[in-house]
Amino acid sequence: MTPALELQGAGVALGHRTVLSAVSLAAHAGEVLGVVGANGAGKTTLLRAALGLAKLAAGTARLGGRDVHRLSEIERAGLAGYLPQERRTAWNMPAWRIAALGAPHRPPAEAHALALAALEDMGVGALAERGVRDMSGGERAKVLIARLVVTGAPLLVADEPAAGLDPSAALKVMEALKARARAGAAVVATLHDLTLAARDCDRLAVMSGGRLLALGPSLEALSPAILAEAFGLDGEWVVTPTGPVLAARRLSQG
Amino acid sequence: MKLLAFLTLALLASLAVATCFGETALSAAQYAQAFAQAASAPAEILWTLRLPRACAAALVGAELGLAGAVMQGLLRNPLADPGVLGVSAFAALGAAAVIAAGLAGAPGAVELAAMAGALGAGAVVALLAARLREPETLILFGVALSALGGAATALVFNLSPSPITTSQVMNWLLGSAAGRGWGDIAAAAVPSLIGVALAAYAARGLAMLTLGEETAALSGLPMARLRAAAVAGAALLTGAAVAMVGVVGFVGLAAPHLVRGSVSDDPARTLAPSALAGAILLVLADLAGRMIPTSEELKLGVVTALFGAPLFALLAWRAARSWRT
Repeated sequence: MTPALELQGAGVALGHRTVLSAVSLAAHAGEVLGVVGANGAGKTTLLRAALGLAKLAAGTARLGGRDVHRLSEIERAGLAGYLPQERRTAWNMPAWRIAALGAPHRPPAEAHALALAALEDMGVGALAERGVRDMSGGERAKVLIARLVVTGAPLLVADEPAAGLDPSAALKVMEALKARARAGAAVVATLHDLTLAARDCDRLAVMSGGRLLALGPSLEALSPAILAEAFGLDGEWVVTPTGPVLAARRLSQG
Repeated sequence: MKLLAFLTLALLASLAVATCFGETALSAAQYAQAFAQAASAPAEILWTLRLPRACAAALVGAELGLAGAVMQGLLRNPLADPGVLGVSAFAALGAAAVIAAGLAGAPGAVELAAMAGALGAGAVVALLAARLREPETLILFGVALSALGGAATALVFNLSPSPITTSQVMNWLLGSAAGRGWGDIAAAAVPSLIGVALAAYAARGLAMLTLGEETAALSGLPMARLRAAAVAGAALLTGAAVAMVGVVGFVGLAAPHLVRGSVSDDPARTLAPSALAGAILLVLADLAGRMIPTSEELKLGVVTALFGAPLFALLAWRAARSWRT
């Protein structure tokens, strides 16, 4: 099956500094692929390279099997939806209008209905008329996830969708992304909470220094050796009835 | 829709008031005469002087209000105005150069020069806008372009042969709708209509930009084209406005703020009401310039700045809460 997203030997340079090098990975329909790594490890650059937002110095990026730099704007939007880490909105537009921006090519009434349904799914249906800048960070994050869902794209890419959210809101966001994967979409999300990543992602890509350090089922990708190399953590996974939990301390030389 | 209907009624009312009142006070009998006899003096005052002048002010106000709303949406900045990208400065430069060259007498020369200045600057900015994603970069280019236009205008003053020329240029730059007739309005119709069409086309892009450049880039909208259209539209509208009455500040900045709250902050839905609000503001400003008893009629640009600045400060104070990020 053609992967929804595919990087082959992808490299990105910022000036003379290499920020991504030789990354090869693919995300398939029906799975949640988590991207983890320390700050500055290249997670966001990986997403941007895959979406054609960052220029590749090496390798290829494909969406739905097609070179991302050869896609028209409409074709690319049909293949991928993107939620950047930045959650600021310039204007205080009502939540339903923000969510409806996910479907700019649909008739207004249809986009409105899709937006309301997505907000309802995210548990913020009651806030549909409220301005997004009058909301808490968690509420706004849910509205923006609703917009991502409204795109209906076969690949959803989210940069830090759970950052800064309380535990319940973070779980809600991950549930929504998993639901999209169960419905047949491919989901790629960067995450900082390793326990959340291990529980809610089908596979994990571990980044370090712009390189892909490990790729595979969560607990294999985050083995003690990888935890030490990528995060400077001395850690092990404790399996509890609700799922794995990371017990870790910082390595003294880190 | 209710807002648009209300603003349209308010505009018609302000046009009626601006036509009925002016420097020359008319009696009830004279008003009746103006309606009954087309060739009478009161008819001349009302229909040949005041009404076209008020309509010219309305058109310019609409152009500036719309251009301001477009720029604020494009740059995602509530402080942007039609002049922010250097378009007004170059329109003023074009007009100043023609007046200083002694060509002001040629019919349409000043207007054409102002329009050419605006379009030249607008073309440069539109090309940049299609390529640059970050509004900050575009604003910086605009600041540089404005400074260049201002410096070149100062150079015109510097090199102008006589103080009379200098005062002519100054007089024109301060802005006035005095003596503007139906011919001027007709001449501005084409660039205005193209500007309106471009702004309408760019509207959905402005709404999408509220989510930031990267989300917009992946939204499926042709953002490069929409950004260029927004700049080109704003440049045409601003150029047409400057060509007709000179440089008039604050209207383009204030009009979008007056209506934004009523359209739930949506930059696409701010456009039409901003145009109407700008038209009302400028008709009233022109009326105030005519009615305030001073030895010389107050220039339009002076009135808008004198009334606009405090009003704007008040608005900014009230709106400060929603600007916070």
